[in-house]
Amino acid sequence: MSILINKNTKVITQGMTGKVGQFHTFHCRAYANGANCFVAGVNPKKAGENFDGVPVYASVMDAKKATGATVSVIYVPPSGAAAAIDEAVEADLDLVICITEGIPVHDMLKTRYKMQGKRTILIGPNCPGLITPDEIKIGIMPGHIHKKGRIGVVSRSGTLTYEAVGQLSALGMGQSSCVGIGGDPINGTKHIDVMKLFNDDPDTDAVIMVGEIGGSDEEECARWIKGNMKKPVVGFIAGVTAPEGKRMGHAGAIISGGQGGANDKLAVMEECGIHITRNPAEMGRVMQKVLKG
Amino acid sequence: MKIHEYQGKEILRQFGVPTPRGVACFSVDEAVSAAKQLGGNVWVVKAQIHAGGRGKGGGVKVAKSPDQVREYANQILGMQLVTHQTGPEGQKVRRLLIEEGAQIVKEYYVGMVIDRSKQRVALMASSEGGMDIEEVAAHTPEKIHKVWIDPVKGLTDAEANDVARKIGVPDAALSEARACLQGLYRAFVEKDAMLAEINPLVLTGDNHVRALDAKFNFDSNALYRRPEIVAMRDLDEEDPAEVEASKFDLSYISLDGDIGCLVNGAGLAMATMDIIKLYGGSPANFLDVGGGADKEKVTEAFKLMLKNPKIKAILVNIFGGIMKCDVIAEGVVAAAREVHLSVPLVVRLEGTNVDIGKKILAESGLPIISGNDMADAAQKVVAAAKGK
Repeated sequence: MSILINKNTKVITQGMTGKVGQFHTFHCRAYANGANCFVAGVNPKKAGENFDGVPVYASVMDAKKATGATVSVIYVPPSGAAAAIDEAVEADLDLVICITEGIPVHDMLKTRYKMQGKRTILIGPNCPGLITPDEIKIGIMPGHIHKKGRIGVVSRSGTLTYEAVGQLSALGMGQSSCVGIGGDPINGTKHIDVMKLFNDDPDTDAVIMVGEIGGSDEEECARWIKGNMKKPVVGFIAGVTAPEGKRMGHAGAIISGGQGGANDKLAVMEECGIHITRNPAEMGRVMQKVLKG
Repeated sequence: MKIHEYQGKEILRQFGVPTPRGVACFSVDEAVSAAKQLGGNVWVVKAQIHAGGRGKGGGVKVAKSPDQVREYANQILGMQLVTHQTGPEGQKVRRLLIEEGAQIVKEYYVGMVIDRSKQRVALMASSEGGMDIEEVAAHTPEKIHKVWIDPVKGLTDAEANDVARKIGVPDAALSEARACLQGLYRAFVEKDAMLAEINPLVLTGDNHVRALDAKFNFDSNALYRRPEIVAMRDLDEEDPAEVEASKFDLSYISLDGDIGCLVNGAGLAMATMDIIKLYGGSPANFLDVGGGADKEKVTEAFKLMLKNPKIKAILVNIFGGIMKCDVIAEGVVAAAREVHLSVPLVVRLEGTNVDIGKKILAESGLPIISGNDMADAAQKVVAAAKGK
């Protein structure tokens, strides 16, 4: 099947009525079964209206009750985005995907604290979203580069994920699901969480894991892979040439105190049996080689 | 966003953390009158630059008379201060902090960071004050004590006391040390800091505790709600190219190579730098034009890269998702014409409307080298930069 989402998933869009939300909701609805999946928007000031046929509700709870939706996607601007996540968690949704970039880190610390003991899964923030090709796309990635298949993709970056997907599709290897977990220092789902889901998914044969400098999530995932993963993993880390102490675009992409460098991450990943490549143009070909044995 | 030590100390005092009395100065005369105004017979003359390691570089001096204050202020103000954080070219000193001297019995280290894996603010404290904490962490990690702070309860009295005792604060100074730790935590949260350090926090002869240094780094995503922090920004301390880029909402970092890179997305931008290096070249910059780049942004990005005299070639690497390749191609052509581009330009386009984009480039009449994929483009730009 796929992980986290499929063609029957019902999605609420928080921030649907803004410019960004409208644009992406249009494209998500146009992709595969999207027209049946995106069933509600939320805006307290516009409850009762509808946008392009999608009804708007006053709250996530109202939208959930009226439509049975279990997933939300957030395009709310940074100052209100953490509160939007809180609302989705309070409504006890299964999954929340926060696309918004630029949320203050202290807001995310509070939101993650409140999420303790709750069952809602958070993807992001500052992520492209996730897609199960030919079924559903929730987020801002270009749908047409994807191809249905059996490779899982998990990545902290947006366009670098598209690069990996583009290479796979060009070589005829389709994807089961692709998950962008986002480039912020404080986020929800991490590489390791997605890796576990791919490991248990009968329709995923192998995984491409794309990381970048900063933090130690890739190392934690690699150590888990060494002891538990039943499927081959191909890995790339961006930022071998990044200088220490400089934030490379993403708030989370910074080498600090000698920690989080790309070479160290690659070394740990290699030690743990991941098929690493230092060439971002080779992710697809390395996967092809690994699958051919 | 970083600030100066004297600004950090202003913040600390607002949160009840005591510091020596001091005055920020922009000239030698100001420094001398500041010393007279402070009184006493020992003053510290401290260079104010954003980089650490100032003392070792000769940027901090203890003066025993107003004449010595004048002498040291003269030496330090205007010097190119080189520390392990400035790079070999150093940083010009434009501001001084003149402070009353403190009688130091013991030095401690206190710092706060955001712990990514525990998703909490972490307090770190050590008896090894005045040292580089990374050195302490590498050689004597048992001397660093950590507390992961509960965001609802804050740093409790019990936690603060416990840490203070562990780093060796005597009982007579315990309540003052606790106030310092709790004040630092409140400042950290209420001002949206990503990093804060007091190194050293000192114990004085009469059992008082004082912050002798203050280092802060703030979350740039939260500056919209912290105008008082934005007011402390010192553009002289930042790379002019990075400041210029931020005006156009471009994310730019200067590097020391000769191949300019223009990319959409931070991860792909880093990967582009990496692949240039892999094929034997050297990137001149990190440049992420973001998801909503238009003709104006692309033109500004070209202007920025070309301000660097070392540039020998440029690589544009775009994976168009939201951003359509035809829009980027039009931007690249317009920008190349406007800036009268004189170095080789390699363009790799992929994604939405790629065929229209490539056609626009081909029909522009400009000598643009087309890269078929990321590897091809990187190899071509490395060759072009070497004049091949």
